[in-house]
Amino acid sequence: MPDQLLFAMEVTLNGLMAGVMYALVALGFVLIYKASGIFNYAQGVLALFAALTLVGIQQGQVPFAHLINAMTGMHVSHFGWTVPSILAIILTAGVMVGLAIVIEKLVLKHLVNQAPIILFMATIGLAYFLEGFGDVMWGADIKKLDVGLPQGISETVESVTDSLFGYGFFIDNLDIVATVVAVLLVTALTLFSQYSKQGRALRAVADDHQAALSVGISLRFIWILVWSIAGFVALVAGIMWGSKSGVQFSLSLIALKALPVLMLGGFTSIPGAIVGGLIIGVGEKLFEFTIGPMIGGATENWFAYVLALIFLVFRPQGLFGEKIIERV
Amino acid sequence: MNDMSDGYITADGRQIGGVLMELKNITLKFGGVTAISDISFDIRQGEIRAIIGPNGAGKSSMLNVISGFYIPTEGEVWFKGYKRGPMRPYEIAGLGIARTFQNIALFDGMSVLDNIMTGRLTLMKSGLLSQAMWWGGASKEEDAHREKVEKIIDFLEIQPIRKTPVGRLPYGLKKRVELARALAAEPKILLLDEPMAGMNVEEKEDMCRFILDVNDEFGTTTVLIEHDMGVVMDLSDRVVVMDYGRKIGDGPPDEVRNNQDVIDAYLGVAHD
Repeated sequence: MPDQLLFAMEVTLNGLMAGVMYALVALGFVLIYKASGIFNYAQGVLALFAALTLVGIQQGQVPFAHLINAMTGMHVSHFGWTVPSILAIILTAGVMVGLAIVIEKLVLKHLVNQAPIILFMATIGLAYFLEGFGDVMWGADIKKLDVGLPQGISETVESVTDSLFGYGFFIDNLDIVATVVAVLLVTALTLFSQYSKQGRALRAVADDHQAALSVGISLRFIWILVWSIAGFVALVAGIMWGSKSGVQFSLSLIALKALPVLMLGGFTSIPGAIVGGLIIGVGEKLFEFTIGPMIGGATENWFAYVLALIFLVFRPQGLFGEKIIERV
Repeated sequence: MNDMSDGYITADGRQIGGVLMELKNITLKFGGVTAISDISFDIRQGEIRAIIGPNGAGKSSMLNVISGFYIPTEGEVWFKGYKRGPMRPYEIAGLGIARTFQNIALFDGMSVLDNIMTGRLTLMKSGLLSQAMWWGGASKEEDAHREKVEKIIDFLEIQPIRKTPVGRLPYGLKKRVELARALAAEPKILLLDEPMAGMNVEEKEDMCRFILDVNDEFGTTTVLIEHDMGVVMDLSDRVVVMDYGRKIGDGPPDEVRNNQDVIDAYLGVAHD
């Protein structure tokens, strides 16, 4: 096989894996949008907050250490213990559920029946609050996240492809793990929403609030449930992104990359989030590889948005979104 | 009417039981507008109770008070001998009060089967974790509920559309699916808000038959609102007549039909 083609294949594979990472973030948006019609601007910050909390718990950081030090003149920073990764992940998941309950009680509960734009504004506020809160709680420095996921280039893939094509593919181990985790997560979410009582209630609320009330569904419980699930998805995304590029505040910006993914896949479709992520991932890598050199590179910054804009023109509901029909 | 404390026998020979729900001096105001003013009536075990009246008489408001979507400004709702406190609509659904809506409130994106299954949510016991993990009882429980739902589907003759997304169904069938969902909850009281509105004659006859069959088969206490006087007179055992938020008549169809206030309200007499 010609080298160019093999290289293109490698780029495509890498693009697919990058797409999975985008899809993980987009998934959180879709879940909340489906259940409550809210575009949750804070989803990226949720991922950041989850990652910060995970690192903090794992390394035995004292929460609000700076605040405590400043107020009391002490010099605390760490408890002096480390928590095993699995336990830390479970505890962080617990924190995310707690956060969901607090968000429902303090914010959503008071905004029932408000226009979507009001709720959207509320999530913007929430995003900035949470970013600052995470800063105060765990400190602003860049942290390394290591929950024992394999790092570096996969030697297996390299040697297998080398013996097949005489050209070794460079694939990141972490990307492979992320792909497996994403597949498991989506399968679990789909099964839960299709075949469980709460999943059915969740779909019912997404469809019609009034009807949901009339069959005995508590909207508040469903909102807490869906924000908890979104928090858990954010935790998974936070772990993957944090392991890849460290836990830093720019992590909240990955949410912006999820936007074109959503425009492509549709705001209401879980498979759409995955496919949208993959298309963006592959598209931007291939574009950078083929067209990039001709126009000076750095196309990855804007390619996704341009693709999304083109999509908006031809298919505003996205690939898998519900068709928009206005009846007159 | 005191002799009815232990029920009564209907014109077609059905035994009606004691008082299941009692509405005492219900008043409902929206700002300065009084939708319902000081209305009292009762609903008895096993009967088909109709609420009729011209447009804007407050019928739907009354139904919303019973199902908890509105909280009355004044007055009390007694259910099964206990005074009902302020409750949210979903809690009232949990008590066994199921309803349909005038403008149909179904889950359009879900299949007919899934829609009807949501009706059984209040009857499902297994918790969140076992549901999520698909532990032990959860799957068996799902099967048992599924069986009940299939029975209702058979009963209402909607087998051919079981898997169809509700959004694609014609109006008449949607109404029937909504009835099925309400029935799936095995309600103590079934509230039907204009079950026949917008239907053609054939669909109306079908719906009439189903309401009677449901009452006959399951003994379901039914409260319905309807515009079509003919339908109401045929279906119901006792009728409450409302006009301008007040009660102007209450009794068996024949009695109500000859009530001068009712005739005036329907035929329109100059109020002076």
